[in-house]
Amino acid sequence: MTPEKTAPEQAANGNKNRIGLTVADYRGAKSTLCPGCGHDAITGSIIQAAFEAGIEPHRVAKLSGIGCSSKTPAYFLSRSHGFNAVHGRMPSIATGVSVANRSLTLLGVSGDGDTASIGLGQFLHLVRRNVPLLYIVENNGVYGLTKGQFSATADVGSKAKSGRVNELMPIDVCALAIELGCGFVARSFSGDPKQLRPILKAALSHRGTAVVDVISPCVTFNNHEGSTKSYLNVKEHDAPLHDIFFIPRYENIEVDYAPGESREVTLHDGSRITLKKLGEDYDPGDALRALETIHHGRQEDKFVTGLLYVDPDKEPFEQDLKLVETPLASLPLEKVRPPKEVLDEVMSGLMTGKA
Amino acid sequence: MKASNNDFSIHVATVNGSGSQTANTTLMRAIFQMGVPVSGKNLFPSNIAGLPTWFTIRVSERGYLARTRRNDVLVAMNPETSVEDIASMGPGSILLLNEGVPAPKIPDDRVVYKVPFNKLVEPLVPDAKLRKLVVNMIYVGVVSHLLGIDFEEVDHALTAQLGRKPKALDMNRAAVKLGAEYATEHLKPAPFRVERRNKTADKVLIEGNQAGALGALFGGVTFLSWYPITPSSSLAESLQGYLERYRRDPKTGEATFAVVQAEDEIAAIGMVLGASWTGARAMTTTSGPGLSLMTEFTGFAYYAEIPAVIWDIQRVGPSTGLPTRTSQADLLSTAFMSHGDTKHIILLPATVEDCYTFGMRAFDLAERFQTPVFVLSDLDIGMNTWMSDPFQYPDKPWDRGKVLTAEDLAKTAKFERYRDLDGDGIPYRTLPGTDHPLAGYFTRGSGHDEQALYTENPDTYKRVMDRLAAKYETARVAVPPPVIDRTKGAEIGILGFGSSHWAILEARDRLAADGLTTSYLLLKALPFTKEVKSFLESMKVIYVVEQNRDAQMKALLTMEYPELATKLRSILHYDGLPIDAQSIVDQVQEREREGVLSR
Repeated sequence: MTPEKTAPEQAANGNKNRIGLTVADYRGAKSTLCPGCGHDAITGSIIQAAFEAGIEPHRVAKLSGIGCSSKTPAYFLSRSHGFNAVHGRMPSIATGVSVANRSLTLLGVSGDGDTASIGLGQFLHLVRRNVPLLYIVENNGVYGLTKGQFSATADVGSKAKSGRVNELMPIDVCALAIELGCGFVARSFSGDPKQLRPILKAALSHRGTAVVDVISPCVTFNNHEGSTKSYLNVKEHDAPLHDIFFIPRYENIEVDYAPGESREVTLHDGSRITLKKLGEDYDPGDALRALETIHHGRQEDKFVTGLLYVDPDKEPFEQDLKLVETPLASLPLEKVRPPKEVLDEVMSGLMTGKA
Repeated sequence: MKASNNDFSIHVATVNGSGSQTANTTLMRAIFQMGVPVSGKNLFPSNIAGLPTWFTIRVSERGYLARTRRNDVLVAMNPETSVEDIASMGPGSILLLNEGVPAPKIPDDRVVYKVPFNKLVEPLVPDAKLRKLVVNMIYVGVVSHLLGIDFEEVDHALTAQLGRKPKALDMNRAAVKLGAEYATEHLKPAPFRVERRNKTADKVLIEGNQAGALGALFGGVTFLSWYPITPSSSLAESLQGYLERYRRDPKTGEATFAVVQAEDEIAAIGMVLGASWTGARAMTTTSGPGLSLMTEFTGFAYYAEIPAVIWDIQRVGPSTGLPTRTSQADLLSTAFMSHGDTKHIILLPATVEDCYTFGMRAFDLAERFQTPVFVLSDLDIGMNTWMSDPFQYPDKPWDRGKVLTAEDLAKTAKFERYRDLDGDGIPYRTLPGTDHPLAGYFTRGSGHDEQALYTENPDTYKRVMDRLAAKYETARVAVPPPVIDRTKGAEIGILGFGSSHWAILEARDRLAADGLTTSYLLLKALPFTKEVKSFLESMKVIYVVEQNRDAQMKALLTMEYPELATKLRSILHYDGLPIDAQSIVDQVQEREREGVLSR
C-alpha cells in the first residue's frame, strides 16, 4: 500500500506521465500547415497518445514521406529521431530502421498521395512483411502542397475545387491492408480525438504493422460543397463501429459492461482494447466481415470508423528474420567479423593449385 | 602469335543448361592444379536453357588472365553454332567436332578431330535426359588426352565438384574415362600441350562477386537488401550463403545479420538508408537498370548525409542492353548520380583481391564520410573465374566514423547534426535510440541548416553545399590511391581502371616487345588523388583505356584537369566482350603512327 497522496501532490503528478515527462516533452516545432488543418488535430492526438502511453521519446523513430502530412513529424516528439524521406518511400526506410534496431518504436506518418499513389507498392510490401510500426495515413483525398489535384483515395463523384468530378474508383488502404494480412487496421476521423487517441495507443502497443487511416479534411483545397472529404460531410457520414477504450499493460482496470455489450482484445504485450457495441455487434477478428463492412459503407456513402480488423498474434518481421536480441546496429566488431580461421577455411577451399 | 605449350586458349561451344559448366570447370581446375595459370570466361545468353553458350579457358604460363581474341582449341558441341564457331578458328588451331554437327569447308592447316560423342554416351547412360548432361564430360576426357592434362588432376577436380554426390561422380568419371580411351585409340596428341609448372601453388581461383561477398562478410556487414538482377545477383546470393554459414548461431539459430529481398531497387536502397541511419552496416547490390532506380535516394543520402554501400556490377546498357555482357559505361552517370549538385565516392576494383578489400573498405568510407559509396565492378570481374593470391585477414578494426554516444553527449552542451567542427567537412551524427535529450534530430532531404532544421535561406543552403564539397575534398586523401608502374624513360602513359587492367598488363608487354615502353597508372577510386595529376603531368601522352563508347573516364579527367586534357587519348572498347590486349596494342600503335606522320 502506498500512502495516500495529498491533493496538491496529485495535481502535480497529474501533469506528468508514468515516466515523469510532461505533455510539453512530446511536442515539436510549430506547425506550418494551414490554420484548421485536420493534420494538426492528428498531431495533437499523437502527442496526447504518446504522453498518456508514457513512451520514451528517445526510443521512437518518426518517419514520413513527402506531402503536407509528411511534414508533421517535425511538429511532435522533438526529442525523437526523425526521418523525412522521399515521396512514397517511407516504408522502405522504416523496414531498414526496424531491422537495424528492433528495440525502437516506429511511428510513420504518410498521406493519401504518398501511400496510395507513388508509394502504393512500398506500402503493400511493408504490410506483407509485417514490419512493426504504426503507419498513419492522413487522408484528405487531395494533393495539398501542389494545390488541389485529386489523390487516389478521392471518392467517386467527389468534386474538386476546380469543379472537376472524380470518376475513378478510390483506393481503400484499409481494405488493401486487410487483404495482405495486416494485424491491425483501423479508420478514424481527425475531428474525433475520443476515438483516435485510444486507436493510436493500441496501435503503438501492437507488434507488427498497424495501419490507421485517418480522414483528415483539407481546409484549403477540399472543404467545399460537393467534396466527400469536407469536414461537414465526414462529420455527417462518420459511422463508428463501436466506442473504443484502451487499457495499457501496466494498468489493471476492469471495464464492466453488461454481457454481450462489448468485446475485448488482448494485445501481445498484455494491454487490452475494449470495444463497446454501438448498434450491430462487430467482430474485428473476422477479416471477411471487415472487408464486407468497408464495401457496404462505401455503397451507403458512410465512413465506417473504428477498429476494422485485429490479429494480435501475427509474427512480426524481425521474428521471420530470426535476429539476435541485440539490435544489429549495436553489435560489436567481434560479433560481426568472423575469426581468421574462417577466412583460412574459405581460402583453402578455393586453393586447388597444389604445390 | 602461335599457340605453344602452356600458351593457348580452349573455346567450348555448348548449349545453355546442358551441364557444361561442370565439365569446363573440371578442365580449368585440372590445368590449374598442374601449376599453370588459367582464367575462365563465360559467354552466355540472357536465357536459362537451350541457347548457345561458350566458355573460354585461357592457359598462360606467363599469367595473362585477360580475354584473348585468338582461340586455339575449339570444342564444337552445339550444332546451332558450329558453322560460325569453326569459321572463327585460325590456321594452326585444333577443332574437336561433335560428329554430325554442320561444318563449313575446313582449310588443311587446321587439325580436325571428329568424335561421335552422342554414340559414345548412349551405352554409358540409358536415361536420355541424363545423357544430355553427361555427354559433355566425354570431351573432358578427349581434351585431356589431346593436351596432356593429367588424369589424376582431372579426377581430383571432378571430385572437388561432385564429391558430395557419389552417383553423379561415378557416372561422370566413367564419361571422362570413355573419352580418354576413345582418344587414346583414335586420335593423335595435339601439337601443343599443358606442361607441369609450379606457378599456381598457394593461389586461389575465385569469381569477383564471391570475393566481394567475402569482403562484406569480414567488413562486418549486418544488413543487405537487394533485388535480383544479372550480373549482380551472385554477389548477394554468395554473401547470403556466407552469412548463413558463419553468422548464424548454430545452437540458437539467431542471426547477426538480415538479408531482405526487396520489391524493387528503390526499396532496396531505401532499406539500406534506413538501416545505415540507424547504425547498421548496410549495403545493396545491383546492375545498370537497378542503379538508375536508386538515383533519387542517392541524392537524398548525399544531401542528408547517410552512409550506404552500393555495388554496381556493370553490364551493357543503355536500358536492358546486353544484360549478360560486360561494360564500364556506368561511370559518368554514377559519378554525379541524382539531380542537383552531387558527386560521389567510387571504388574501382580491378582484381578479385580488390573486390575483397573494397568489400570492407567501402563500409569504412561510407561511415566515415556519411555518404553513399559505390563499388563499380563489372560482369567480367564479377562473374568470371580469376586466379589470385589468397586474401589477407584484415589487420585493422573497422572505422564507424563520427558517431556520438549518450556518454559523448553528456560531456557537451549542444549537438548540431550538420556542424563542421573539425574543419574536414564531416559533421557528427547520433543514432536513433541514443538515450540523451540532445540526441534527437530531424533528417530531411529539404533545405536544412546546421541544426538540421528546415530552412530556405540562401546563405545557409550555399554554406551546406560548400561544406559537402569540402567533405569530398577530404575524401581525396582517404580513398585508395592509384597503383603506378613507371618505366624509366617512358614518355607514353597508360591510364586504366577496373577489369581493363589485365588486358593493359599484357598489352604493355607486347608494346615493349615492339619497342614502345609505357608507364602505367591503375586508378582505384574517385575522387582523383594527387598522384593522378602528377602522373598526367609527367607523361607526354596518356592513353586512357576504358570499356565504354563515350570515353567517360577521359571526360572526368578533362573536367578535373582541363589544362592537361590535350595529352589524353582514348582507347575504347565497347562491344560487350571483355577487352583484350591486342585491341589496345593495335589502337596504340595506330595512334602512334599517326603521331609520327603528323610531326
